[in-house]
Amino acid sequence: MEFSRPASTEEAAAIKAADPGATILAGGTDLMVEVNFGHASPDHVIGLRRVDDLADYQDTRIGAGVTWARLEECSHRALAQAARTVGSPQIRAAGTIGGNIGTASPAGDGLPWLAAAEAEIEVYSTTRGTRLVSWDQFFTGVKQNALADDEVITAAVLPENVPSVQEFAKIGQRSAMVISTVSACVMRDDEGSIRVALGAVAPTPIRVRQAEALVSGQSNPSEALLEEFARTVSAEVKPITDHRSTEAYRRHASGVLARRLLERCLAQ
Amino acid sequence: MTTAPTIERVTSGIGTSPVRPDGVLKLRGRFAYASDMHIDGMLWGATLRSPFAHAKIIRLDIGPALAMAGVHAVLTQEDVPGKLNFGQAVQDQPVLADGETQFWGEPIAIVAADDLKTAQRAVAAIDIEYEELEPLVDSELADTLDSVTCRPRIRRGDPDASGEIVVEGYYEVGQQDQAPLGNEAGVAIPDGEGGVDLHATTQWVHEDHAQIYPCLGLAPEQVRCHPVGMGGAFGAREDMSMHIHLCMLALATGRPVKMMFDRAEGFVGHVHRHPAKMWFRHEANRDGKLVKVEAKIILDGGPYRATSDVVTWNAAYFSVGPYVCDNVFVDAVAARTNNPPAGAMRGFGCVQSAFAFETQMDRLAAELQLDPLQLRRLNALEAGQPNSTTGQIIVGSLPTTRVLDELASMPLPPEATSDDPRHFPGGTGLTTTGADIKRGVGYGVTIKNLAFSEGFDDYADVRVVLNDTGVEVHTAAIEVGQGLVTVLQQIARSVLGIEQVNVVSNDTSRIGSAGSTSASRQTQMTGGGAYHAATALREEILERLGGDDLTNEGVWSEGSLVATLPEVVAAGPWEHEIRFRHPETFPPDENGQGDMHAGFAVAAHRAVVDVDQELGLVRVVQIDTVQDVGRVLNPDAAVGQIEGGTMQGVGLAVLEELVLDRGRIVNSNFTDYLLPTFLDAPHIEVRFVEEPDHWGPFGAKGIGEPPTISATPAVVGAIRDATGRALTRVPVLPQDIALG
Ligand SMILES: Cc1cc2nc3c(=O)[nH]c(=O)nc-3n(C[C@H](O)[C@H](O)[C@H](O)COP(=O)(O)OP(=O)(O)OC[C@H]3O[C@@H](n4cnc5c(N)ncnc54)[C@H](O)[C@@H]3O)c2cc1C
Repeated sequence: MEFSRPASTEEAAAIKAADPGATILAGGTDLMVEVNFGHASPDHVIGLRRVDDLADYQDTRIGAGVTWARLEECSHRALAQAARTVGSPQIRAAGTIGGNIGTASPAGDGLPWLAAAEAEIEVYSTTRGTRLVSWDQFFTGVKQNALADDEVITAAVLPENVPSVQEFAKIGQRSAMVISTVSACVMRDDEGSIRVALGAVAPTPIRVRQAEALVSGQSNPSEALLEEFARTVSAEVKPITDHRSTEAYRRHASGVLARRLLERCLAQ
Repeated sequence: MTTAPTIERVTSGIGTSPVRPDGVLKLRGRFAYASDMHIDGMLWGATLRSPFAHAKIIRLDIGPALAMAGVHAVLTQEDVPGKLNFGQAVQDQPVLADGETQFWGEPIAIVAADDLKTAQRAVAAIDIEYEELEPLVDSELADTLDSVTCRPRIRRGDPDASGEIVVEGYYEVGQQDQAPLGNEAGVAIPDGEGGVDLHATTQWVHEDHAQIYPCLGLAPEQVRCHPVGMGGAFGAREDMSMHIHLCMLALATGRPVKMMFDRAEGFVGHVHRHPAKMWFRHEANRDGKLVKVEAKIILDGGPYRATSDVVTWNAAYFSVGPYVCDNVFVDAVAARTNNPPAGAMRGFGCVQSAFAFETQMDRLAAELQLDPLQLRRLNALEAGQPNSTTGQIIVGSLPTTRVLDELASMPLPPEATSDDPRHFPGGTGLTTTGADIKRGVGYGVTIKNLAFSEGFDDYADVRVVLNDTGVEVHTAAIEVGQGLVTVLQQIARSVLGIEQVNVVSNDTSRIGSAGSTSASRQTQMTGGGAYHAATALREEILERLGGDDLTNEGVWSEGSLVATLPEVVAAGPWEHEIRFRHPETFPPDENGQGDMHAGFAVAAHRAVVDVDQELGLVRVVQIDTVQDVGRVLNPDAAVGQIEGGTMQGVGLAVLEELVLDRGRIVNSNFTDYLLPTFLDAPHIEVRFVEEPDHWGPFGAKGIGEPPTISATPAVVGAIRDATGRALTRVPVLPQDIALG
């Protein structure tokens, strides 16, 4: 197995362009699981640990190499909440948001926040330079994304006006170290528009636009409206039954969780 | 003739919690577990396993694997040198599948190669074709089809007896895994003379030995089984996994061979707890007294017998609990299916029954509008009374009422929890706030037999030696992490008055069997052996040297030292070996009646849970537990066993289950087989009731299993109390609570 340790994004992209089959390694907390299970056996690994510019955090541009441990401390409230739910301290010290985006698991806990914040994923290649892909174009299916073979994920780029009223929550079967059965992020902007994103209830993170429309602009929704909101969320998500949960529970819990987060946002 | 030690007592004897001899090594990561073993020149073994729960092998060609560079042996069923089958009581499991596979993951061929990767590639290179057959995965259907290995039957009292109140229910227990953190691993070393030394994870080297040598076609003395560093067992290693395979590969190649299961292979490589389907009917009078209990219990044993028959009998024997009832009718079934093989796991059949009978007791209490603990107290079974199921008069201690009263006296946790989200259901997921929470309280009580039952010749060989290194306690008993080595030291210290004690762990050629490290038995059995051997040695020493007391200083007579310890040692050799047996037990008669058990213990749990009913999330807030332990020999170890056992019961209550799809385990990893984490662990308060038993050392009882049994119904009872849901299946999942 070949191992490359580029010192810059440029160099990483050049190596990737020269060997499009090479596998990028950030924190390795997804990749090594794949290797250990025998699902991946890379013969060329590009380690990103030395690429300092990827680990740069700004409120409007979160480098792909920023770890969950760093994000736990960040100013985006719901992203920090999401970061806190990822794995264990060891996983949060190693795992990165870029890796979460790269894996594109429906249960990736960083993804609902990116969807609610309307982030763009910044990718870079030596031939095409920097490309910005909106989150809903980037995540294309279960563990599938729009990254090309010669590209490196460089950052999640955020609009200037990410609502500061934002809440995240995640349901797992135990209290820590657990894959989401449902995760949700709700944001409320200054005009009272509501954004609701959910994870683990569709092939990709999704926004539930009908439910959002129901409650946008409502600063004091009635109990009946809140119930309708929850029902609409439940109807809009597209969950499956698997060994972690059932479709019925995921639908139900999506509505409950979204409603609770909405109420938390409205109380702020 | 001799008196108890009076002059200088030992400081780390019974009743204290000395540092474990293996403790510091384990904390520092320096303890050598089985998986750490390495021998120069060793080969690595790997196993070809069936990808189907039931299949016919229509082509098997090992040629492509054998032809690979670095591959030294590829063996199949045709290469088994001796007996083709192994198993504990009945040898019905093929060493390697012969033409048909009966469970997902069944071993078909084994490979030895220069390194693990090559061995795994060779396994993949074996040319094999299967014809998938319909697996039998429904244990009720297996019962109907009479695909069963045994049908325990209990008939006691009047079948026409009836009570004023009837409570009837159907219950299920999912398949729990022992999930020991240390995976299965072993090394077999050929001795150059046709024999082999095996060092592999186990709970009972002599039982392994008895099953291995016939399969190898060797004489008993040609095979030696050695204890190894164990990272847990909980029953999973009472049946063998890689043992015969390793020996076959070592003998075939003439080289040491190592195998090590990864987590996924560990989940298929060992036996699991029996899943259960149970129907119970309780009849009681308005005063709360039980009149009749009827039950049908179906345990799913998978394709082979292993310990299924004994587990199923145990489920029947302990299907009423520590309660008096004169009319008991139980039909139990060990179903034979193509599900993963089931065998021993902590609680051994009682876990399944206790979930059902304790739920029934709660429902009865609700019908009678009685406090659940009060109903249990009303029916409490005590020493001297006949056990409800078997009619056996309870010998030894059984302070059921004291245990219940002690539990009732323990304070409940404060109502208001903190606002730290880690203390709410859902934890750091931030799903839940105080407003969403309902609190519930539940109880679980159980009785468990201690040591082996039913007329089995259950013994432990122990040799106690005094020499210039101090005292040595020789045994083949397996330390799995529970602290046996510490308690043996303590027992020898207290009896002999000498501080310096080493426990010497022997292979099968050096000492007789210690019996299994299971059935809560080693402290009583090997501890009992150490107690009696040390007592005899002390008496020999005092008699020969004319003293009345033995201490660290030496032998004393009437208050003055007559021989220093080095002088005592020089007057040796001092050695006493015994074969310790517990009181005799007997097989059941045709009605399941008789004196089948050597002793009993009672445990009781009270669980307090907070439930977010809308999302179905549970936080177990606190568990208070009281256990009948006879006598506490090591308080820290006793608390450790009870806390750990309780957590295994909490795991079964709300998390742990092997999820099966047509006999295939779909969550054979720690990502999806969810064990409780520290955040899921409640605060646990432990109290002991000490009423010395009739045969354990210093009156001690076994303590390992009872806490696992009664914790589960306590937690589920508490969730029921909070939510009003029926919850008749464990583990209780969020959807069971949220959606009903
Ligand atoms: C025990 C455990 C618990 C976990 N718990 C959670 C959890 O609670 N929630 C959760 O969401 N996840 C969890 N995970 C998964 C994982 O930790 C996260 O998805 C994490 O964000 C992955 O980041 P990483 O840096 O480790 O990625 P890596 O494993 O290094 O990479 C993941 C994938 O992304 C690609 N990649 C990484 N960086 C780039 C880049 N800059 N450009 C292009 N491709 C890239 C890699 O090639 C690979 O395909 C857990 C994992 C483990 C082992």
